[in-house]
Amino acid sequence: MNEAATPWRRLFRVLVTVGPGGLWLLVFVLIPTLLVLVASFLTRGPYGELSGPWGLHNYAKLLQPAYLEAFAQSLLVGVLATLLSALMGYPLAFYIARHPRRDLLLFLLLLPFLTNFLIRVYAWLVLLQREGLVNALLGAFGVGPFTLYPSFFAVLLATVYTFLPFFVLPVYASVERLDWQLLEAAYDLGAKPFRAFLHAVLPQTYPGLFAGSVLVFIPAMGTFVVADLLGAGRVVLIGNLIQQQFGLTRDWAFGAALSVFLMGFVLLALYLYARLQGERGLDELV
Amino acid sequence: MAGEALVRLVGVSKRFGEVVALDGVDLEVQKGEFFSLLGPSGCGKTTLLRLLAGFDTPDAGRIEIAGRDVSRVPPYDRPVNTVFQNYALFPHMTVEGNVAFGLRMKGLSPGEVRKKVAWALELVDLVGLERRYPRELSGGQRQRVALARALVLEPQVLLLDEPLSALDLKLRQELRVELMQLQRRLGTTFIFVTHDQEEALVMSDRIAVMRSGRIEQVGLPDEVYERPKNRFVADFLGRSNLLPAKPHPLGAETPLGPLRLKEPLVREALLVIRPEKIRLYPLGNGAPARDNLVRAKVEEIVYTGAENQYYLRSGEVRLLAYTLNQDLQEPGAEEFSYGEEVLCYLPPENLVVLHE
Repeated sequence: MNEAATPWRRLFRVLVTVGPGGLWLLVFVLIPTLLVLVASFLTRGPYGELSGPWGLHNYAKLLQPAYLEAFAQSLLVGVLATLLSALMGYPLAFYIARHPRRDLLLFLLLLPFLTNFLIRVYAWLVLLQREGLVNALLGAFGVGPFTLYPSFFAVLLATVYTFLPFFVLPVYASVERLDWQLLEAAYDLGAKPFRAFLHAVLPQTYPGLFAGSVLVFIPAMGTFVVADLLGAGRVVLIGNLIQQQFGLTRDWAFGAALSVFLMGFVLLALYLYARLQGERGLDELV
Repeated sequence: MAGEALVRLVGVSKRFGEVVALDGVDLEVQKGEFFSLLGPSGCGKTTLLRLLAGFDTPDAGRIEIAGRDVSRVPPYDRPVNTVFQNYALFPHMTVEGNVAFGLRMKGLSPGEVRKKVAWALELVDLVGLERRYPRELSGGQRQRVALARALVLEPQVLLLDEPLSALDLKLRQELRVELMQLQRRLGTTFIFVTHDQEEALVMSDRIAVMRSGRIEQVGLPDEVYERPKNRFVADFLGRSNLLPAKPHPLGAETPLGPLRLKEPLVREALLVIRPEKIRLYPLGNGAPARDNLVRAKVEEIVYTGAENQYYLRSGEVRLLAYTLNQDLQEPGAEEFSYGEEVLCYLPPENLVVLHE
């Protein structure tokens, strides 16, 4: 190979492999994010346009109780949705991974994605409303009717319903690669079933658990469609606030500040979570 | 059998679907024995080990350890520990964590745990590697961790599932000796599964040769090797020359002609002679004028370093004979060349009679 050509070849290789994806990320992720960051320091003009002066006033506004409450509620939805997904999704992933027809079960798991997201959320609305199927069923047993919609419960239910598959898939992937002999080794060394699971199986699925929680927590924190439809104004999440600023209120600057704040919070949470993972601390706790 | 049986299997059977893995196995292992289960893959030896460990339960029969029926006892309540074929070390724990695991499960105090872990690591010569993770160890070191992790619990029986098969030859031979020394030092009963006949012969106090879910023969290594009970055992342990034989006044009538035996045959049988028991002499010179001399032609010579392997043919019969590569003063240690005619001496005391 020609010595002089080597750096050019290397550059060429990098451009060909990383180039298209990199360009995409640059144009559609990095630049827009920077624009949002810049906008968050600007002010809403008389016609809803972005204008001066520059400053931190949008971030100061964030600290008002109404916004903090929306943020707290988003956090609650994010955390609860992640926990509930873990409780239901973790065993489900094991069941699917060990089932002889796991290809079929995986297909069923992903089946809802073939239907439009909005339609699925509306379906919950129909099910949960006062004259809906759920109340009718409860009524048959002489219970209810309850006001299931609009409510925080309805929002949480539909959020978990929407994002559960995102939790199951990565856990499923780690369960499939599981070394079951470690479980036997733990039994052999005197661990009863629960502790054997805790020490021999659970640590092997940490990567899947981590990926699953991230994939549920992030979108659940930012969702606004579910809260809009099933909360019907009673449940206001940070996503709803952002949507309002960019739509109804036309205060792009404040909307940008809300977005940056949400992004910063999620990144920090991820960083702390990843640190906890890396220290292998979980295993020693029990 | 004299002595105290620590492990007793009575009529143990196990099937997986259509496959019969164990078919009514009876077996007794004495306390302090180094006992090997030897057989080809699929013979049921690993199934037997898994039943002893408690990972599977027998479909029929009884397993007793130290006089207690443990057939249905879960693995965590049995006084046995296992060294797995691929070690099954916990990848997220250090060497120390792996060895301490069983002790922690027993609820020992941190001080006791530390003391015992130190003892076990000393035992297998791993001091200084406490903080390493399994992925940072060589195959041989992982093997020692697996050994320490099991032995630190002071089991009544240590089960070893082909623990040396993943290592290269030289390391395997070293670890064989270490394992034997360890066993003698601790006096723990070892039950060792292997498909390697040399390993079994070298290491064991007694060997059980298995085939198709049954035990074909149990005995001391030299018993099993020198006095195989049937054709399978004769064939599986080392190489053998097999000769069909009929009764004859001298001893037996065989395709090589009449041969003298220690006792004449009374019915048809199979004669077995090991290749190293056949002695070779040059034609006309030095051959003792005795019976059991067979003239044969050298068809192939395989030089293995320590010995020469001669592939011989006498009429329609092929024979295999080994001679040691030692000083040529010894009778029967001559070297022969391709195509040469030699005299083979088949000593009557080394012709084993099999009735099948």
